[in-house]
Amino acid sequence: MSLLDTKPLTGRVEEVGGPVFLADYEAGGGYVAARKAIGQMTPSEVIDEVKDSNLRGRGGAGFPTGTKWGFVPPGPSPDGGVKYLVCNGDEMEPGTFKDRWLISNNPHSLIEGMLIGAYAIGATKAYVFLRGEYFEPKAKLAKAIDEAQAAGYLGNGLFGTDFDLDLRIHSSGGRYICGEETALLNALEGKRAQPRNKPPFPPASGAWGRPTIVNNVETYCNVPSIIEKGADWYRDLGLTEDAGTKIYGVSGRVNKPGLWELPIGTTIREIIEEHADGMQDGYHLRGLLPGGASTDFLVEEHFDLAMDYGTIQAAGSRMGTGTMILMDDSICPVDMSRNLQHFFAQESCGFCTPCREGLPWIESLLLDIEEGRGQPGDLEILDQNAQYIGAPGNTFCLHATGAIEPLQSALKYFRDDFERHIVEGKCPYRTNGNA
Amino acid sequence: MATFTVDGKHYEAVEGTNLLQAILSQSLDLPYFCWHPAMGSVGACRQCAVIQYQDAEDERGRLTMACMTDVQDGMIVSVESAHAKDFRASVIEWLMENHPHDCPVCEEGGECHLQDMTVMTGHSVRRYRDKKRTWENQDLGPFIGHEMNRCITCYRCVRFYQDYAGGKDLGAFGSRDRMFFGRVEDGVLESEFAGNLVEVCPTGVFTDKPFAQHYTRKWDLQSAASICPGCSVGCNTFASERYGELRRVHNRYHNDLNKYFICDRGRFGSHFVNSQKRIRHAAIKSDDGVFEYGDVNAALTRALENLRSDDVVGIGSPRASVEANHALRQLVGEENFCRGLSESERVVTDQACSILMKGGFRVPSVSEVEDADVTFVIGEDISNTAPRIALAIRQATRNVTYEMAKTANIPLWQDAGVRGHAQHERNPLYIAASNTTRLDDIAEATVNATSDGVAQIALQIASQISGVSHENAFVQSVAEALLAAERPLLVTGTSSSDSNVLNASAAIAWALRANGKEAALAIVGSEANTFNAVVTCEGVTLSDALTRMADGARAVILENDIYRRAPADVVDRALSGTGGLIALDVLENDTVAKASVVLPAASYAEQTGTFVNYETRAQRFYQVFQPENDILPSWRWLSSLASRIGRTDASWATVDEVTRSALAALPGIDATLEELAPTKDFRIEGDHRIARQTHRYSGRTAMDADVSVHEPKAPVDNETPYSFSMEGQNPGDQNGSVIPYSWSPGWNSNQSIFKFQDEVNGDLLGRSGGKRLFDVPSEPDVELDKEFDFSVTGVTRSATGGLVPFPVHDVFGSDELSAQSWPVAKRSKGPYVLIHPTDASALNAIPGTGVRSEALVGSFEVVLDERVQTGFVGVSVGLNGRTEIPDEGIELVVDPEFEPRQLGDKRVIAKS
Repeated sequence: MSLLDTKPLTGRVEEVGGPVFLADYEAGGGYVAARKAIGQMTPSEVIDEVKDSNLRGRGGAGFPTGTKWGFVPPGPSPDGGVKYLVCNGDEMEPGTFKDRWLISNNPHSLIEGMLIGAYAIGATKAYVFLRGEYFEPKAKLAKAIDEAQAAGYLGNGLFGTDFDLDLRIHSSGGRYICGEETALLNALEGKRAQPRNKPPFPPASGAWGRPTIVNNVETYCNVPSIIEKGADWYRDLGLTEDAGTKIYGVSGRVNKPGLWELPIGTTIREIIEEHADGMQDGYHLRGLLPGGASTDFLVEEHFDLAMDYGTIQAAGSRMGTGTMILMDDSICPVDMSRNLQHFFAQESCGFCTPCREGLPWIESLLLDIEEGRGQPGDLEILDQNAQYIGAPGNTFCLHATGAIEPLQSALKYFRDDFERHIVEGKCPYRTNGNA
Repeated sequence: MATFTVDGKHYEAVEGTNLLQAILSQSLDLPYFCWHPAMGSVGACRQCAVIQYQDAEDERGRLTMACMTDVQDGMIVSVESAHAKDFRASVIEWLMENHPHDCPVCEEGGECHLQDMTVMTGHSVRRYRDKKRTWENQDLGPFIGHEMNRCITCYRCVRFYQDYAGGKDLGAFGSRDRMFFGRVEDGVLESEFAGNLVEVCPTGVFTDKPFAQHYTRKWDLQSAASICPGCSVGCNTFASERYGELRRVHNRYHNDLNKYFICDRGRFGSHFVNSQKRIRHAAIKSDDGVFEYGDVNAALTRALENLRSDDVVGIGSPRASVEANHALRQLVGEENFCRGLSESERVVTDQACSILMKGGFRVPSVSEVEDADVTFVIGEDISNTAPRIALAIRQATRNVTYEMAKTANIPLWQDAGVRGHAQHERNPLYIAASNTTRLDDIAEATVNATSDGVAQIALQIASQISGVSHENAFVQSVAEALLAAERPLLVTGTSSSDSNVLNASAAIAWALRANGKEAALAIVGSEANTFNAVVTCEGVTLSDALTRMADGARAVILENDIYRRAPADVVDRALSGTGGLIALDVLENDTVAKASVVLPAASYAEQTGTFVNYETRAQRFYQVFQPENDILPSWRWLSSLASRIGRTDASWATVDEVTRSALAALPGIDATLEELAPTKDFRIEGDHRIARQTHRYSGRTAMDADVSVHEPKAPVDNETPYSFSMEGQNPGDQNGSVIPYSWSPGWNSNQSIFKFQDEVNGDLLGRSGGKRLFDVPSEPDVELDKEFDFSVTGVTRSATGGLVPFPVHDVFGSDELSAQSWPVAKRSKGPYVLIHPTDASALNAIPGTGVRSEALVGSFEVVLDERVQTGFVGVSVGLNGRTEIPDEGIELVVDPEFEPRQLGDKRVIAKS
């Protein structure tokens, strides 16, 4: 049994022992899936296979990938215009670095996944929208694209058919909001990176007003093995009702921070205890953000839950990117909240009022509380702002909603800490000089 | 129709209407910022939140933004629910975090939409305790003040400036809570529509700079419904006065014309009313050639002496009112009356008249211009001669984007969605012009030629439409597009002074009609009342009048500097030969300087009268304030003279009588004063006049207190339905066309206009004002094609050495009166020539250097324009005080002494 049977995303990298370029990728069965999809399957068969696999978007929202692809009007556009396939590689979620690892180590799996996706929706132009700071991944992806072009996997008349694909890299100017798919499309078009209203949704009107699919890097990387080995095999990889594997990550005071490809539905405790090798001596885990900074805190009572979309949502948070940030007992929840709100306030695109003006106010209040200037009533202001800014639909996009998730849960689980700051007029975590 | 429920009451709207718009259309109050009736929704401010319920059982509901929601049948919403109100107050609280508490010294105070919305939501206690953000402001030129600290980031400014008006030099910069709206660096805003930022901005970021220099509160202004005197479009305006000065001009909604926007000539061009050059006293010229001012009786006596002569000519004016021209014509008799048009203007104006009267072509209103699906602009630089129509053409090219949005199920009010989906798709706009125009950026194709060349091309298009094949690709594509159009539009005008252009334009319309297509044909004139001249008969042309004057005839010249209408040597001969000249005018000029009697004429703001716009829509402008000194409306001077010589047929007591007489005298036109506008007897609810002064004219008791502590008695107005006081009411419910300002309880800003519309973007209550003097004849004159010679009469301007000149009109400076308005004067370029780079290098002239010619007065800055044909040169009109363009080629030489003029104030370099 090959490692690829249980670790379709990382197995080949483990076998090769480093970044996988074309020769190694082909030797491990690379581009077989693309050849199969494009040479032997119809686009709707490809979409059906992906639907059957129950692959859900790995960027954080978990939308079923095949269903999304099915929203694109099939066949050539009546007006002869192009369709676009876009990869969201703007990985700016704090604590998240799985896409960087995938692009750097297994770039051909991304290219092959995009090839199959483009064929499925009839796109002839594709972009990888890459985080601006990802210099090394960009170089490796560029090398892989050159290889694929030279080998005839990209370009015109692919796999003996009349299918063409032009794949390009676009380096982001560097804003968190570019991870929001419509802000990404605006940025790709050279406009301000502000989200668009939906509808129209990108599959109907996306890049340059054309039908467009945007998926995360990890999502595309899953596609080749689904086509090659089938939807049933893929579904069986998951431990719970979700399908496939997931790249989980842990940051914080554990013994071995890092990333691991595991069956989706692995428990939080197993990820932390077995793969990250547990907490460092002297530190006790108080809470964690399960899927990046824009998810609600989970605490002790949740640590035995399976990391899958439904379970984490039922616990009041989101699996998000599946890369957790741990808060141990030496960390001040107020200060951590302030740090997070600073990030989100800074990354607001500036379009709608609650996000643009509300988040800086929250940050300012948290700073006051953290530095001992908190006043009675501040928590009520925070509660009110969290309620009004956080409710989906109150803001233009979900940036502020995500920003409020860690705050509202911190106010819920660690409220004593907030109140102590205000009553004592100082941060109790700072007494030993530890911020 | 869909029935929807707001707080338990049922209302109706067309399904798919924007919910915010539907709520406002019911005259309900719901706060908003980023939505604009002409620009739709983007959902940025989140201010218009309401609760939407799923059904009658749903008690909780969901907060939703009204501006981003469709009205659906059976929809249940609440504006008044506590949750919605609390959220809306929170939005204001967020916006107020950084908004300065400078309302008492802010230009916008008292008519600030942000103030209104703040009061409406009830937010009043400050909880935010951090510092406010601050900005360095920019110098944006003489028109627009900039105070970024007040910005609430609604994005309306950039949406208007870039998306709606096509401007490139104002943008949104930065992100998060550090959004900056301005230019890349300090400098004059380039768009001729920049002034609308003053009204589009919901608070005091972009303000009227000339107004702010000596600002007053809206409630201390005395205002009336007015008509812009800047060009032939006839945009409706509010003109406002305080302390005897015209302080500002704002847009006044007219459903068929300007709607929400006017151009900067209109907004900033009226300060000529307060000019140092105003003629304020009657004067007679003494024997030693010096004017003696102030003795009205002496002036009238001298005038009467002249009028008693056997040989008197009267020269009217296309910038004077219908009433003034009529009074003069009655006084001197039609056989001695000249409309005051130059020879070339006269020919082209009469041609316009023939086309309008006999062609039966549909003349489009500005709104109808916006509806066109294919537009061809023929030989008229419309952005400079009728800017509001250019703005409408820009909107017309977007009609296809709405079609695309419909197909994609994007609501048409969803502005960003419609634009994003359609990208750069536009309806075809074709332009045949002599030089680069400010519509070129959205044109499908352009062709460069001077007027006779344009006429040739247009004629070819007409014949292509009629089935003759031409090789010219431009000709082919325009003909094809016009034939395929559902609502083809032709736009031309008189500014080239070449009737060939009009002929050829009519020929296209004629050819289209023969192919079953009714094109709309807009012919714009150059002045506010040019189209009065179109419909008025004259007994003598200007050159004949001047000849008679040179032979000794006496003359009355009405509001006309005839040095702008005829060659200087001809005018000189006439003015030195005349037995006596009575000049009536608003400002001093070269003609007035040679008069023997000068009578000070009221400006448009100081009298009531009528202008006829390019559609032949006669529109009433009402007196805003009482002029001081000897100033009287021209018609009243003339009427007074007539009565003194016993001419009862030329003397009237009120302006209404003059207008009635003028309308009766127009040949073939059946229009009554009552159809135009309310008369002096109009009253609200029995006996209330329309108060020019606001309900809160609080400063009045302090006015002139340095002279007398008693409050002066308000002047009596016997001529209009208005009062010169606070006594009276707002007529908005009955007749929105005569509201003196837009103001409604809770809505102190111009946003209140929806309270005077039958629905948002609908007509004014009681309908918008004015009446077309003639509508399209039901049956076009079948003899037209026989009567009309559609051929082009050869090349009118020939190169006999040197470069062939053609006129170039500039929105800032070419118009006589607005050029004397100090903000426009600051904004105007100096005299310039447009010249092809090849010709410029042959002259060794680089951009910014100056050239001169014996045939032209003064030096001209060299401006390169690749769209000017080689061998031709565009010469700016009016910027050197002259309008005559030589007929023959001119030799240009570099002027080493030349210094280019700086635009606006001294330029300030932005601090880094």
